[in-house]
Amino acid sequence: MSVLVKEASPIPGEHELRVNDFNINVATANGSGSQTSNNILIRTLFKMGIPVTGKNLFPSNIQGLPTWYTVRLSKDGYLARREGIEVVVCMNAATVAEDMQNVMPGGIILYDDSLPVAARRKDVTYFPMPVKELVKKADLPFNLRDYVANMVYVGFLAYLLELDCDQVRAALEWNFEGRPKPIALNHDMVLSAYNWAAANVINNQPYRARAMTGFNEDKILVDGNTAAALGALYNGVNLVSWYPITPSSSVAEAVIKYGPQLRRDPDTGKATYAVVQAEDELAAIGMAIGAGWAGARAMTATSGPGISLMSEFVGLAYFTETPTVIWDIQRMGPSTGLPTRTSQGDILSVYYLSHGDTRHIVLFPATPAECFEFAGVAFDLAERLQTPVFVLSDLDLGMNYWISDKFEYPEKEMDRGKVLSAEDLDQWGAKWGRYLDVDDDGIPYRTLPGTKHKLAAYFARGTGHNEYAGYSERPDDWENNLARLTKKFDTARELVPPPAIEEVEGAEIGIISLGSNDAAIQEARDRLSAAGFATSYLRVRALPITQSIRDFVAKYDKIFVVENNFDGQLAKILVNAQPTAAPKMEKVTKCDGLPLSARWITDSILASLA
Amino acid sequence: MDKATQSVPAARSPKTNLLGLEKNDYRGRPSTLCKGCGHDSISQRIINVTWELDIDQTQVIKLSGIGCSSKTPAYFLGQSHGFNGVHGRMPSVATGAVIANRSLTAIGVSGDGDSVSIGIGQFKHVMRRNVPMTYIVENNGVYGLTKGQFSATADQGQVLRHAGVNDLMPLDVCLEALAANATFIARSFAGDAKQVETLLKAALKHRGIAVLDIISPCVTFNNHDASTKSYAYGKERQVSLQELNFIPNYEEIEIDEYDDEREVQLHDGSWIVLKKLSEDYDPTDRLAAYRVLEQSRSEGKFTTGLFYIDESQPDLVEMLNLVDEPLAMLPAEKLRPSRESLDKLIDAL
Repeated sequence: MSVLVKEASPIPGEHELRVNDFNINVATANGSGSQTSNNILIRTLFKMGIPVTGKNLFPSNIQGLPTWYTVRLSKDGYLARREGIEVVVCMNAATVAEDMQNVMPGGIILYDDSLPVAARRKDVTYFPMPVKELVKKADLPFNLRDYVANMVYVGFLAYLLELDCDQVRAALEWNFEGRPKPIALNHDMVLSAYNWAAANVINNQPYRARAMTGFNEDKILVDGNTAAALGALYNGVNLVSWYPITPSSSVAEAVIKYGPQLRRDPDTGKATYAVVQAEDELAAIGMAIGAGWAGARAMTATSGPGISLMSEFVGLAYFTETPTVIWDIQRMGPSTGLPTRTSQGDILSVYYLSHGDTRHIVLFPATPAECFEFAGVAFDLAERLQTPVFVLSDLDLGMNYWISDKFEYPEKEMDRGKVLSAEDLDQWGAKWGRYLDVDDDGIPYRTLPGTKHKLAAYFARGTGHNEYAGYSERPDDWENNLARLTKKFDTARELVPPPAIEEVEGAEIGIISLGSNDAAIQEARDRLSAAGFATSYLRVRALPITQSIRDFVAKYDKIFVVENNFDGQLAKILVNAQPTAAPKMEKVTKCDGLPLSARWITDSILASLA
Repeated sequence: MDKATQSVPAARSPKTNLLGLEKNDYRGRPSTLCKGCGHDSISQRIINVTWELDIDQTQVIKLSGIGCSSKTPAYFLGQSHGFNGVHGRMPSVATGAVIANRSLTAIGVSGDGDSVSIGIGQFKHVMRRNVPMTYIVENNGVYGLTKGQFSATADQGQVLRHAGVNDLMPLDVCLEALAANATFIARSFAGDAKQVETLLKAALKHRGIAVLDIISPCVTFNNHDASTKSYAYGKERQVSLQELNFIPNYEEIEIDEYDDEREVQLHDGSWIVLKKLSEDYDPTDRLAAYRVLEQSRSEGKFTTGLFYIDESQPDLVEMLNLVDEPLAMLPAEKLRPSRESLDKLIDAL
């Protein structure tokens, strides 16, 4: 029996409670099953209507190294990472001293009572949890003990924070997809911990999670990678060729999970799509290019190191004008970097990927709903423009759960681009040239292998070619081709998703950012506004730079470009597009492996304005 | 139409095939390879065989990597789509294309540098996946386009003008293919028109991946008599494993003439008839294939013929359980699930 520590402090009155506005940090060891417990926790809070964000800080390791999961509850609806920890759950001996030290004054500490408490702080409240005793009492199979042990803190938090126990149960059912055995096993442990706490612990701490309305209705809780996979499945993906790499693997894995129910012929049970795990990223992109050339919608998903390996092939796709879609779920680089930490450091390398004069269409989704949407946009653009299209997400957006707008069913017909049929070729005759600019938009017409017409064939080659796809080393052929590709890129400016712009009357400051920084920027703008600085905001949703981005830059006296990388890569592209605007453009960058926080953005901008 | 043509069954002109095309219609652009290059004779074999088998060129795709061999798809089947990929990565492009359109016949052309040096990884994995295609390695043991460096199939002790002496043992294309679980493995010599054509016909009908290692001498950089990939060496040392005769299923099967034969039925119902030169050689016996390949390697000979065939293995497209209609040709309604299905998914999130 553990020793119960009953604190002297009285039970707080209703006005002293801190409701739906604090951070929980769960410290566990990697591979101990804490992910399930944390999923249950965040899903319960979401279903209670509380705006909530979960950030998984995990090591590049299968088992044993420390992992933290930080949950932010924000009654005001802010979904960005927030510094500071009010509630900590200590389950890991390796980090317990530090974890206890990091709690803010007034915070609470739940801890496995077998862990040592080095120096007892006076400004926090301790809640020991008899984890071993409760697990022992449950009489579980040995191999499941560690996993289920993490349900103890779910039960404790349910008691202390006053979670809706029906939602805890529903979250368990959701997590285990209705399988009765694991649901019962885990639920029993939650209940056992809850009941023990109710009987033995005086809830004299101020943090409460209370059901609320007004935010989560019509919203979903989902990670960006699942959204990307579903978006691809709803927009005709035929091939996902991929090589496992954190943090992108769950894109392909979600296609494997959802594909069978969505994309099988109801009569034959046969698939209208394929997933192939390639031997490396070179093969992954090679397959996607081969399939794109043959007329299928093909994509791959990778991260920085994979992008580097794909470089040569991407140049080939660019130059042969072959559609393909590449999802880059960014992580920390250079090199292996921090494989399990987030970053936006691939913007420049992806924009100009490959040797020679290459440049690419790049999309920047900010939310899971936008990941879903851009999965379709990427295919449409790739086939319309006959070129590789990149979608740059990041670990934070891709792997963490986000409260998101519901996915919108794609209303628009898929754009399969300029493809000539055998009948078309009868009309065109020998006038067709694979790389001929007929419509003055730089986009030529293509034929697909298998088109039954004697004029349909052409030889796709990475070597120099003329308008009829014939080998050519002629200087004028080379220059004409590159000039047309440039024209095609200009056409792309009109076709890519325009930036999302929020302009504020009288604002003199413009903020430009991209992707998953959105939540932190929105919160920072509220803070800046409270400090007397109105800001307008442009979120870049795609490259190349559009006229609306140029106009925004021209309009404001001071532009802050906020990015989660070290060099300010988007800022460089913007300055390159408008060199004269360089003096008023300031990069606000951070690259420490963590998602940006509103406080840091606010402080950085205020410091610059001071 | 006059009476004469009505009453007389349409006689097939010996100059045209069942599609009414002449052999010349199967040509590509003029070759830019060195005069006398073994690769050009292989291109001619492809032209002959596809014409003879009445193959519709528009339903063929030609794939290659980088190098002299990889240029050749421009020189045959001018009415087939071709894709000239990056060095050593033709197999992945072929894999993607075959998944996108399962009705196409894929012919990959590569070289020893492309497949065995830079591309050994993709070479192995395309075998392992049993991608339905004919994979030709035009093997000369040397880098031609970059003017005379050793490839991974170069002979040990071989001397080249700039590269010096090659100290390393060569990799054997057929042994590598066998170890990687290829389901059709054969070797021939570019100069042996009859055998190359027979093997090509069988390869084109094979259910999964068919690897043809064709020793194709480089007339410019590696045609000195000491090289095992020279014409002189090939002509003297070639040991035929079997005599092969390919009989398409729409022609009468004549087997009476052949004694001591082994029949292998191909996936499409056609048969390949092997006449054994070595006693009891069974091309369905993996161990026998290893033995004969190791033996010929240690003896410095290159045995030719069909070393291994397995028609029982499903190819990649079968394993993926794809719909019959090519994925690239599916109409929009088969590519986008219903609105109701999305509503259901969203409710669960």
